[in-house]
Amino acid sequence: MNSALLHPVVLLLPIAVIVAFWLIAAVERRLRGTVQPGFFRRNGAAVGTYLIVAVGIWMLLLILLPQVSMLELSFRPKLPPVQMGGPRDMYTLANYRYFLFGSPDDASHWNVLHLRAFFLTITVSILVTGFDFLLCYPLAFHMAQTARPGRVRLLLLALIAPYWVNEVLRAFALRILFAGSGLLNTALLGLGAIAQPVDFLGLNIGLYVGLSYAYLLLMIFPLYSAIESLPHEQIEAARDLGAPWWRIHRDIVVPFAKPGIASGCTLVFMLSAGALATPLILSGPRSLWFTPVVYDRFYQAFNWPQGAAYAFILLLTCVAFVLMVLRLSRLSLGEMTR
Amino acid sequence: MTAAVELDRVSVRFGDFTAVADVGIDIEAGEFFSFLGPSGCGKTTILRAISGFVPLSTGAVRIGGRDMAGIGPNQRPTALIFQSLALFPMMTVAENIGYGLRVRGVPRRTRAERVARLLALIALEGEGDKRVEALSGGQRQRVAIARALAVEPQVLLLDEPLSALDLKLRQHMRNELRAIQRRVGLTFIYITHDQGEALTMSDRIAVMRAGRIEQVGDGRSIYEAPQTAFVAGFVGESNALRGDVVQTADGEALVETPVGRLRGRNPRQLQAGDAALLFVRPEFVQPGLSADNECDAEAADFTYEGSITHVTFRAAGGTKLLAQIGAAARQAVPAPGARVRLGFAARDAVALPP
Repeated sequence: MNSALLHPVVLLLPIAVIVAFWLIAAVERRLRGTVQPGFFRRNGAAVGTYLIVAVGIWMLLLILLPQVSMLELSFRPKLPPVQMGGPRDMYTLANYRYFLFGSPDDASHWNVLHLRAFFLTITVSILVTGFDFLLCYPLAFHMAQTARPGRVRLLLLALIAPYWVNEVLRAFALRILFAGSGLLNTALLGLGAIAQPVDFLGLNIGLYVGLSYAYLLLMIFPLYSAIESLPHEQIEAARDLGAPWWRIHRDIVVPFAKPGIASGCTLVFMLSAGALATPLILSGPRSLWFTPVVYDRFYQAFNWPQGAAYAFILLLTCVAFVLMVLRLSRLSLGEMTR
Repeated sequence: MTAAVELDRVSVRFGDFTAVADVGIDIEAGEFFSFLGPSGCGKTTILRAISGFVPLSTGAVRIGGRDMAGIGPNQRPTALIFQSLALFPMMTVAENIGYGLRVRGVPRRTRAERVARLLALIALEGEGDKRVEALSGGQRQRVAIARALAVEPQVLLLDEPLSALDLKLRQHMRNELRAIQRRVGLTFIYITHDQGEALTMSDRIAVMRAGRIEQVGDGRSIYEAPQTAFVAGFVGESNALRGDVVQTADGEALVETPVGRLRGRNPRQLQAGDAALLFVRPEFVQPGLSADNECDAEAADFTYEGSITHVTFRAAGGTKLLAQIGAAARQAVPAPGARVRLGFAARDAVALPP
């Protein structure tokens, strides 16, 4: 199939997606059976038009069009410019095949290097998400339910201020901290806790810490706002009925804060799976994070179609993973934004 | 009968603020006991101290003779019903009621039976699978009661649970609450600022003001024989006439007021020369009644309420006197602006220290 024919399709696809979403929304509205005043009546003509135009441009120009053109690109072969649109420019799965087998046409060996980087990225991102949740939940609960307002402000400031430092600088600071002759090793050696310097960076401990730290705020804020909306009397009622503290969290707080937990976990997972700067700076020499692999497809191999395919594999896996988690926790996408 | 709940000189202080000051009361087993007072008088703090959410500054709370010091809310034989009810929105009605049993590790089978019995008690059979939001205000109220009863507490504590309901439902729930209490025979400790609730439901009432107890007694003695000016003014409507005692005799005091010398009971043994407030309830003030106390007044304002008519009279020195005239005596309602002679009996008036 000639790709020139498909440019109209590429342009029409976003519109089709928008129409599809609109239809889904309409059906959902009908099923819920609530009749609300019209969009323009609620917002006024000027604001309503602005909202539609602004959101429309944002969705179409900044999200859908680039993504769709990347998707289209991922199915095309790498060709010198002169051959583009020529007879060899046809749709192919070669880029996806390369991810699996390390060769466009030979399927006898797995592409171990890339597959391992991919699964390592997904696994570590899950672990980072879990670690961030365990770290943030007690803090968010404290801020939302038990701390005095002054303490909450202080904690918020302490949480936000470090993020004034940019991501790259933060990652390098951690690198210095964790280096073979870095602060941590020097301190541990001085204390006599270890005899040999620990290779924190080679063991990827630096990477894990860096990733966990980079997206901490994106976990804590959804958790905080979800837990804050839980009336304190619910906790007291559970306590009064005889629940020990861990049951109060399991039965009352966590189910109530589930939308916040889901959105915090989604954000951290997506962003750490897609992180580029932190893994580039902090990952050890033996391990390979997936996003630098994608980056290399584009700028080292100059194979944009393959890079697009790799990026899409990562995106689809993340989306599938998030949807699976939502399904397991019986949440809908709409509830998460509550 | 042993005291179910013993408050032994309980004080609760928050920083410099004393919320509860030196409260000592024995609440009997099976009693419906109310704490009545305006908001901020410390009644909720007392309830939270009994349930264990607020630590005592001094004194002791004993439940069934056992000192509760150091025992957390989840270990006490009390159950609290919150003003907001605090039902768990993510659980069904049955799960709400059974929650206390679930955390106690009661097996599923037994739990289901107990929940079913409680649903029957609150007349919500078969509604166990509904979500809490699907219930009406009164039904939620009953679910909150059932959830508290499920853990079989020795004492049920209720923190103004009816205040969110509309008037009709509130009156209905008063009877319902009283009926449930009689059926289960539990000690109920009830907090309210609504004297009607306290009077209709309680065996005994403690009237509170600024962290202290002003008077304890059954509804009749609180209403008919107030011991302090605050109780006389807070519980029910009263005309308060300021004056000085000029003479005392036979348990009565003669008070010099702006509208003349009036006699009333003297429960606090005021002496001649003491300042006093003479209280008389509007239902005892009647036009044209020849009685111990009489004064001239002009009918100024009328409020018709069906079964009764409220009339505001203006007496000497601009003193306002309220009278309530029942429908049976509606001929006695004067014309606007009419000058009449008001009368009330000395036994219906009470002189108290201001």
